[in-house]
Amino acid sequence: MNTQLFFQYFVAGVTYGAIYAIVAIGFNIIYNTTGIINFAQGEFVMLGAMTAVTLNNFIPLPVAIILAVIITIIIGALIEILFIRWLVSPSVLRMIIITIGLSIVIREVALHIWGDGIYALPYFTGTALKTLSVGGVFISPQILWVLGICSITVIILNLYFKYTLMGRKMRACASNRSAARLCGINAKNMVTLSFMLSAGIGAIAGCIVSPITYVQYDSGTPLAIKGFTVAIFGGLGNSMAAVVAGLILGILESFSIWLMPTAFKDVISISILLFILFVKPSGIFGNKEALNLKEF
Amino acid sequence: MLKIKNLESGYGRSKALKKITMHVGRGEIVTIIGANGAGKTTLLNTISGLISAWSGEVIFDNQNSIGIAPEKMIFMGCALVPEGRQVFAAMTVKENLILGACVKYIKDKKYNSQKDIERIYEILPILKDRQNQLAGTLSGGEQQMLAIARAMMSNPKFIMMDEPSMGLAPLIVRDIFNIIKRLREEGTTILLVEQNAKMALGIADRGYVIETGRIIIQGLSDELLTNKDVQRAYLGRDLDSEIKI
Ligand SMILES: Nc1ncnc2c1ncn2[C@@H]1O[C@H](COP(=O)(O)OP(=O)(O)O)[C@@H](O)[C@H]1O
Ligand SMILES: [Mg+2]
Repeated sequence: MNTQLFFQYFVAGVTYGAIYAIVAIGFNIIYNTTGIINFAQGEFVMLGAMTAVTLNNFIPLPVAIILAVIITIIIGALIEILFIRWLVSPSVLRMIIITIGLSIVIREVALHIWGDGIYALPYFTGTALKTLSVGGVFISPQILWVLGICSITVIILNLYFKYTLMGRKMRACASNRSAARLCGINAKNMVTLSFMLSAGIGAIAGCIVSPITYVQYDSGTPLAIKGFTVAIFGGLGNSMAAVVAGLILGILESFSIWLMPTAFKDVISISILLFILFVKPSGIFGNKEALNLKEF
Repeated sequence: MLKIKNLESGYGRSKALKKITMHVGRGEIVTIIGANGAGKTTLLNTISGLISAWSGEVIFDNQNSIGIAPEKMIFMGCALVPEGRQVFAAMTVKENLILGACVKYIKDKKYNSQKDIERIYEILPILKDRQNQLAGTLSGGEQQMLAIARAMMSNPKFIMMDEPSMGLAPLIVRDIFNIIKRLREEGTTILLVEQNAKMALGIADRGYVIETGRIIIQGLSDELLTNKDVQRAYLGRDLDSEIKI
């Protein structure tokens, strides 16, 4: 393998890794405030992309994307308010079954609305054929968009959780729900907010990746599995670890094509998932204490 | 300030509070003493709304407060420093204090917590030294100070404290009781739950003794200190353990 090809694989790996990381952060946000895995996370990604594709028929791309993200956020809020909020101390199993059920329902509704056609947003700038040459490596401009928007999303989320009162309230709820309530924080609203945030960043991920990977009514699920793997890999609830874990998985997958048939690409993530669950369920960066210290 | 009549509550089907009737007057320090499992924590959690009452009345500040959620109670000026400190472990000391002032942020959009935080730092300088440290890394005594300080940030008129001296060294217990005294001087009404009956009765105006969910004795602190049953059941044992420390 020459260096040029090496970098080509590397860049592709980082791109997918960034997307996995964003999806994983979506899992983490909801996990941190509720203690559950929202198995409908992948559907937020699909909904964001599909909605943007449809809206883009009528309005310019940037507006379509922003509107699609807002619509997905509203759907996220509605899902929480209709199906989660009124449950009185539900068991984890019940919550998981509810989110799996929701993911199936959303997929079926999407199938009704959009059929089983394959869609894609146009490249944000340039076309699929136009590539930029960076130090002899050819990369699609969309990759720069993916990396840029992923980085900005992660940075903004970090600032939000660290420095705004709302972000701190969400962290307080994650850290100790009853103590947070005693401080005057409405924990239920924080859960709604976490669904909105997760839906929003899921939709962003869907929009930026769809020009490269295309989108179909059921394309959320495979992405959710990758995001879930990354969330577990990094340590559930830890978003910065998810970024590192996402990049590792993306790069591993990318280079695996070089060693194994493409069809085996998903084997990597499933192997990692099983390996981590067996050997170190708290994740590569996790330790027993970190399991108690939930952080975004 | 607080009037409770025939209050009952519990967990699942098991009743932990049986017909509790008591009151706390404005400006008073009232203590509730009782052994482990007597129902002290259940009582405070029911008053604060964390546990829902089964029957009976709770009147806080002339308002019926049964069924009011804890996040609303704090707006009415009723704070609880929960058992076992329960600071936000993964957040800094300062962030814990800021969250204590949530009520003020919500009431006044232009509120800035800096002044209140400075006031806390004056009373508890140790928290200033630790302000950027994660609360989970503080010692037990410091965490208890922080938990009390967090409750003070909203300037409540009524503070309930659930065993603030639990597991702490005598010197730190003294500091905590000094904060309680100071709170009273500032006009805050206090309901103090303690196993350390001697210290609690030393600071309180009145006391209630609770056993298996019932109030069995009540009276002025001085009366309770000289009450034979109280001495045998709560003071004798406490004296032993204090000497051991
Ligand atoms: N979360 C709970 N679930 C079930 N029973 C509980 C729970 N917490 C306390 N209890 C029971 O309620 C009774 C009162 O407990 P508690 O209020 O914690 O006592 P104290 O604070 O005086 O030590 C005890 O019998 C205890 O076993
Ligand atoms: Mg207790």
